[in-house]
Amino acid sequence: MAQNRKYSYVPHTSEDIDEMLASIGVSRIEDLFADIPQDVKFTEVLGLPDGKSEYEIEKFLQNLSEKNDRKLSFLGCGMYDHIIPAAVTAAASSPAFVTSYTPYQPEISQGMLQAIFEFQTMICQLTGLDVSNASLYDGHTAAAEAVSMAFQAKKKRKTVIVSEAVHPFTLSLLRTYFNEQDIQFRSLPLKGGKTDFSQLSSLLDDTTAAVFIQTPNIFGILEDLNGISELIHQNKSFFILSSNPMNFGMTKTPSEWGADIAVGDTQPFGLPANLGGPSVGYIAAVKNLLRKMPGRIVGETQDDRGQRAFVLTLQAREQHIKRGRATSNICTNQALAALTTSAYIALVGPMGLEEVNRQSMTKAHYLKEALLALKEVKDVPGPFAYEFTLDLGNRADDFIQRMLGKGFFAGVHLGALDSSLYGKVAVAVTEKRTKEEIDRYVEAAGEILKGDQLNE
Amino acid sequence: MNKLLFEISREGRIGYRFPENDVPDKALDDCIPENLQRKRELPLPEISEHELVRHYANLARRNFGVDFGFYPLGSCTMKYNPKINETTASNPAFSQNHPLQPEETIQGSLEVMYLLLKYLSELTGMKWGTLQPLAGAHGEFTGMQIFKAYFRDRGEHKRTKVLIPTSAHGTNPASAHLAGFEIIEIPADNRGLVSFEAIEPYLNDELAGIMLTNPNTLGLYEKEIMEISRGVHQAGGLLYYDGANMNAVMGKSRPGDMGFDVLHLNLHKTFSTPHGGGGPGSGPVLVQEALLPFLPVPDIGLQDEKFSWIWNRPKSIGKVSGFYGNFGVIVRALTYLMVMGKDGLTHASEMAVLNANYLRSQLNSLYEIPYGDMCKHEFVISAKKIKDDTDVSAIDIAKSLIDNNIHPPTIYFPLIVPEAMMFEPTETETKETLDDFIKVMKDIYKQAYANPEYIQNAPVHTEIGRADEVAAARHPKVSWAGGE
Repeated sequence: MAQNRKYSYVPHTSEDIDEMLASIGVSRIEDLFADIPQDVKFTEVLGLPDGKSEYEIEKFLQNLSEKNDRKLSFLGCGMYDHIIPAAVTAAASSPAFVTSYTPYQPEISQGMLQAIFEFQTMICQLTGLDVSNASLYDGHTAAAEAVSMAFQAKKKRKTVIVSEAVHPFTLSLLRTYFNEQDIQFRSLPLKGGKTDFSQLSSLLDDTTAAVFIQTPNIFGILEDLNGISELIHQNKSFFILSSNPMNFGMTKTPSEWGADIAVGDTQPFGLPANLGGPSVGYIAAVKNLLRKMPGRIVGETQDDRGQRAFVLTLQAREQHIKRGRATSNICTNQALAALTTSAYIALVGPMGLEEVNRQSMTKAHYLKEALLALKEVKDVPGPFAYEFTLDLGNRADDFIQRMLGKGFFAGVHLGALDSSLYGKVAVAVTEKRTKEEIDRYVEAAGEILKGDQLNE
Repeated sequence: MNKLLFEISREGRIGYRFPENDVPDKALDDCIPENLQRKRELPLPEISEHELVRHYANLARRNFGVDFGFYPLGSCTMKYNPKINETTASNPAFSQNHPLQPEETIQGSLEVMYLLLKYLSELTGMKWGTLQPLAGAHGEFTGMQIFKAYFRDRGEHKRTKVLIPTSAHGTNPASAHLAGFEIIEIPADNRGLVSFEAIEPYLNDELAGIMLTNPNTLGLYEKEIMEISRGVHQAGGLLYYDGANMNAVMGKSRPGDMGFDVLHLNLHKTFSTPHGGGGPGSGPVLVQEALLPFLPVPDIGLQDEKFSWIWNRPKSIGKVSGFYGNFGVIVRALTYLMVMGKDGLTHASEMAVLNANYLRSQLNSLYEIPYGDMCKHEFVISAKKIKDDTDVSAIDIAKSLIDNNIHPPTIYFPLIVPEAMMFEPTETETKETLDDFIKVMKDIYKQAYANPEYIQNAPVHTEIGRADEVAAARHPKVSWAGGE
């Protein structure tokens, strides 16, 4: 009376099944589904493939993966190709983390709870703000949660001012999240690749709950935010700042700019791009917004033996208690990916973050200057850290396509994300790229941009 | 007690060596103006690689997972996570792709997504869907936005009310509220079910729809589902299916055939992808034909054997996450689904239901099970009588299970059962594991009457005792404040 060898994850022998049915007091498996009304019982055969061995499926997927094609990457726009140390991946691969769920039971979940507490702390250390949470889905949804927090804290205010230099996918997502609510967006326009802050005063009024800015912005340009928080705070609005946190290794951090809420994506810290996910949304805020925070939060306390212990805390904000009145609907978040990114931050440390930034910045500027020397590329606006934008006009798609043929993912045509950005190609250079690779890029770009091969 | 990373940090210690910079050095001031440079020190930890590895290895020792023991956490489907899923998902030809690469360089990955959508649609009896939502609750929010877009498109602005059973997951009302709906709670009847009678008063032109989990959170199949479905549709409303409990009915009944218009699945529950201590998960949304125009963009198209992103969907709700979903989770789920195949998935649901009913039948004599005489993949015990008799409560029983190397069930949920304990064994547990668990539950019951303090003091075999959650919430300490 053996187990059916077709179903290796389901351990029942036919003897087990018979014994269990007898204990229950029914004779057939079908009897356990007798409560499904006849008219909704599925009696056909599912149109799915037959099951196969792991080995065969692994081979099938290996073959599929070989239809992908990897080139030398200069892509950014929210996801960056940084070095991932082996120890980071290893630390996050323990089955104890991988196969656990939300740490509801602190006595057997101190490992994950402490890891989340450390993640929260590092997000506070990086941003300079007071409080953070266990993670959000990604940087773009984190933006929506931050805006939602601002509206909850300013119940009577119904507008949010958003810079046009924000990632187009963030803008699109914000529209999805808030289009059904009685809320208005006001755009802070662009001027030469930067947000035109001279317009801010005239847009701010007593309906403004928050101002949302991204730096580096979609063009990679570092926004000059001097004096911005003062303007926003005089108006009693919240300042939300979205950033690639890797840049904090070198550039001013949200607390130094006077932001109330900081958001972004921690993918650059140890996570592969994975076609866009899993990554991790981070959110940090000033202390008095703690109870408006979305999602899980881990707090420190003591156990009944007087030892330090970590628990999920402030759960009264959350959906399983507050239901329809919760601060958000977040339940499952990105815990394991958050643990990965905090392992990265801890391993490379403050000096490592500076090193990654300095190298990425140096290499990005090296590429920019070499491209400018080709004379086919117009001036590149700045200042930028390690991502910049070429204005290639109607040559943009052709350039990317021809660079692909020469072995490069040369950049992201921003026009594909938002048609108003047509012709602009964002190019990111990380510490991972070598001088030889960059030189080859320049050589290939030169051949293409010199014009003789162009079919405009 | 593990020290925090910050407590083992030592100034000047370096954990990782980067390659040497090989392009000419450039001064920081030449690239970034001085007033944009960081002035604040970053107080981040500085530790060696060995210490980092040891730190996380020791944290791991202090965390319970499915790989360590029985984890019958109700409504979470803590089944075995096959290791092959990790192998296929970590293939660099999948994991290293950038989301904005040219389409022709990600044909294999697009095919993975296309196949998964195709198989999930067949399994649920739906037309097509999106893999973009990053968790179950995110799927619910996406589904509710699709409801909204559908009614807006039809000019039916009065339809603002969504019916949700009191036994529903808390995310349901939270998601519907975020999407701008008004929530009407529908109480369960004395069978623990939603009756047609209970929803009938709301079947009018203000009804947007109903959110249901079937089987519901009591583990019971909604008997009047077809009456409910016809009634909601006749009134012009839509039905949303919370697929958290899909593990009970694969190959047995399909939400599409029950009349559901929109649903989400939890790949981290039914489709064996690991829960990761609270994510990353994945919450695909599937819809019927009439709702297709409202799905998030981009869709995945197949033409002349080429896969492509399709952005041109004028009625789409737009984007719900940054890119296309948790692709790494999607690869794992497809791996599982293809290994299992049509018979395997049906067998999994059958054995999940067998395991739950077996536990139920063995615990029924001691513990009160307030609803139903048969369950699907999970069931709910009430410890109210034990509490009245002995002062031992559901949480005490849960903590006592911990002392027996068993993860507690979901407790105090659903809210309609006092002292609720919701058990979901899943199909991957052996009869021996279930028998051991039954014995533990019987022993705890006896102890509760013989020596209640023993149970109330549990757990005693863990490295920490019960934590002071009230103090944690009253004086929140949510980040390390430095050595005090």
